[in-house]
Amino acid sequence: MFEAVLLTIITAATPLLIAAIGELVVERSGVLNLGVEGMMIMGAVVGFAVANQTGSGTLGVIAAIAAGMAMSALFGFLVLVLVTNQVATGLALTILGIGFSGLIGEAFIGIPGLKLPDLYIPGLSDIPFIGPVFFQQDALVYISFALVIAVAYFLFRTRLGLVLRSVGDNHGSAHALGYSVIRIRFAAVLFGGACAGLAGAYMSLAYTPQWVENMTAGRGWIALALVVFSSWLPLRVVIGAYLFGAVSVLNLHAQAVELDIPSQLLSSLPYLATILVLVLISANRRLTLVNTPACLGKPFVPDR
Amino acid sequence: MRVELVKRKERSRKMALLSPLIAVGLTAIAAGIIFSISGHNPLSGLYKFFIEPLTQEWSFNATIAKATPLILIACGLSVCYLSNNWNIGAEGQFIVGALFGSALPILMPEFENAATLPLMMVFGMIGGALWALIPALLKTRFNTNEILTSLMLVYVASLLLDYLVRGPWRDPGGYNFPESALFSDAATLSTIPGTSISFAAPITLIVAIVLAVVLGKTLKGFEIRVMGESPRAGGFAGFSARKLTLFSFATAGALAGLAGTMEVSGALNQLLPTISPGYGFTAIIVAFLGRLNPFGIIVAGFVLALSYIGGEAVQSAMGVSNKIASVIQGLLLFFVLACDTLILYRVRFVGQRGSAGEASHV
Repeated sequence: MFEAVLLTIITAATPLLIAAIGELVVERSGVLNLGVEGMMIMGAVVGFAVANQTGSGTLGVIAAIAAGMAMSALFGFLVLVLVTNQVATGLALTILGIGFSGLIGEAFIGIPGLKLPDLYIPGLSDIPFIGPVFFQQDALVYISFALVIAVAYFLFRTRLGLVLRSVGDNHGSAHALGYSVIRIRFAAVLFGGACAGLAGAYMSLAYTPQWVENMTAGRGWIALALVVFSSWLPLRVVIGAYLFGAVSVLNLHAQAVELDIPSQLLSSLPYLATILVLVLISANRRLTLVNTPACLGKPFVPDR
Repeated sequence: MRVELVKRKERSRKMALLSPLIAVGLTAIAAGIIFSISGHNPLSGLYKFFIEPLTQEWSFNATIAKATPLILIACGLSVCYLSNNWNIGAEGQFIVGALFGSALPILMPEFENAATLPLMMVFGMIGGALWALIPALLKTRFNTNEILTSLMLVYVASLLLDYLVRGPWRDPGGYNFPESALFSDAATLSTIPGTSISFAAPITLIVAIVLAVVLGKTLKGFEIRVMGESPRAGGFAGFSARKLTLFSFATAGALAGLAGTMEVSGALNQLLPTISPGYGFTAIIVAFLGRLNPFGIIVAGFVLALSYIGGEAVQSAMGVSNKIASVIQGLLLFFVLACDTLILYRVRFVGQRGSAGEASHV
């Protein structure tokens, strides 16, 4: 029982973790992309479609990443080149993504999908309890942890990471020092899109290997909340993602023990928990002000 | 070639009027491309989608029926967006408003008189406003990001509706279908005599006109615009950002709640597990396409309503999925936002060398 619960928590947390770590980099560069949900759902449908047509899960994952990046490039062009309002443009990206995914996915409804294979590590996977939980996951679970470590290292241990953070904290100074604010932000936005696409692929190729319309069900928005929860620190995203993963599988396991609670109340818990967490974090001004990128969401037009 | 923006000395009034039109034009071109990719004649697709619904009486009336909630919700949202409050949870406020409005006919079906309908509308407005005040209070009290909280409450609201129509509010004589009992005549919003247009339409028109007067001619309207453009200047004038946040959210919630009540009382006549085809989200597009101006919103409401009807039309006539409607809605918002850049900036296309001589102005 405990083992099964842990396994479902990991699968529920992984897409949140991947999408949130991507958005964290975007926000560290000073851009607020509210379109995570739209990029994620496009990743889910494109990943499913390509895996279904080619029979290759790997190709599906690659296509999903490309789809997420294409969506984010659209966002990046509007927000960075045409200096449109970031909130409204992010919303537009979500509305467009949900629409397009519905159109593309219509042919794939009800078709059984392809599940990414679980990795088998000789020796380690056979250890009782620890083996199945930690060493028999699909590749994306490990990639999600690798991503967190890589992002943490990049942001705080490399020169380019420092530049990216400086662009997010003070784009005027970064520009004056000769850094191309727009180019750096565009790269960050593309990385965020790739992560959101990957998270979408996880939804349709591992979490529930099928295509259901609107299957991301607000996870892109929860990922955005996780970035706030983490106060823009990569390692804290892991804690947040697994906490939310745990909350979102409550529904599943409550049915097994036959609790007399309306299923709708249990389904709404992740959303209510998001609100609660946002309130707790934002009420603590010290925590939020220290790490919030100072230029988050602010438009930048280089003066010439 | 590189794109450069040059700030205009002042807002271009010409572009402020032209940009929504350019956006609609670009959307039509993009839609035509999608039609031809999916193997259909783009021109007849566009005609069926955008023009034909307006030429037949029943589809014209259907367009009005869809435009009504969109315009009403977008009017409220414009108050939020003008004052820099990002309420994106109108869909949830619409649903909770509908629940409050339906409480009377469902819980007290014997209460049938001339006061039934007005009371339902008041309840609907209260319900929507209360739901909208949650993110507003969290913002003013705890500084919590209203974008995420208002959106999360959409999911909670639709689960609440789902619970009620499958549980306590299910029609006892309804063979276990997840729906409430049908509303009585006293609880039904009727149509204008001699037409099939609901009274919701003239009510919405009145709201839009009142809003236009408030925004254009009153101190409150001035406050809303000042606080949106320069909260610091507004602070010196003695305006309170917190109070305005509460006011704008409550207004938007009340109008969305009214729209929700009129939808269940007029169009559906009962509660169902789903009562909105995403009106609350589409209204965001309506608000921006209408340039956050009540009269612009009326026009924009028709354009977006047409996309719902047009989607159905191309599905039945050409076998194109009606999902194309939401793609077109999303594209439209993109183009609107992109074209709005032209109001504040001049776009320069600069050649690779970037010398001023090669630059051409748009």
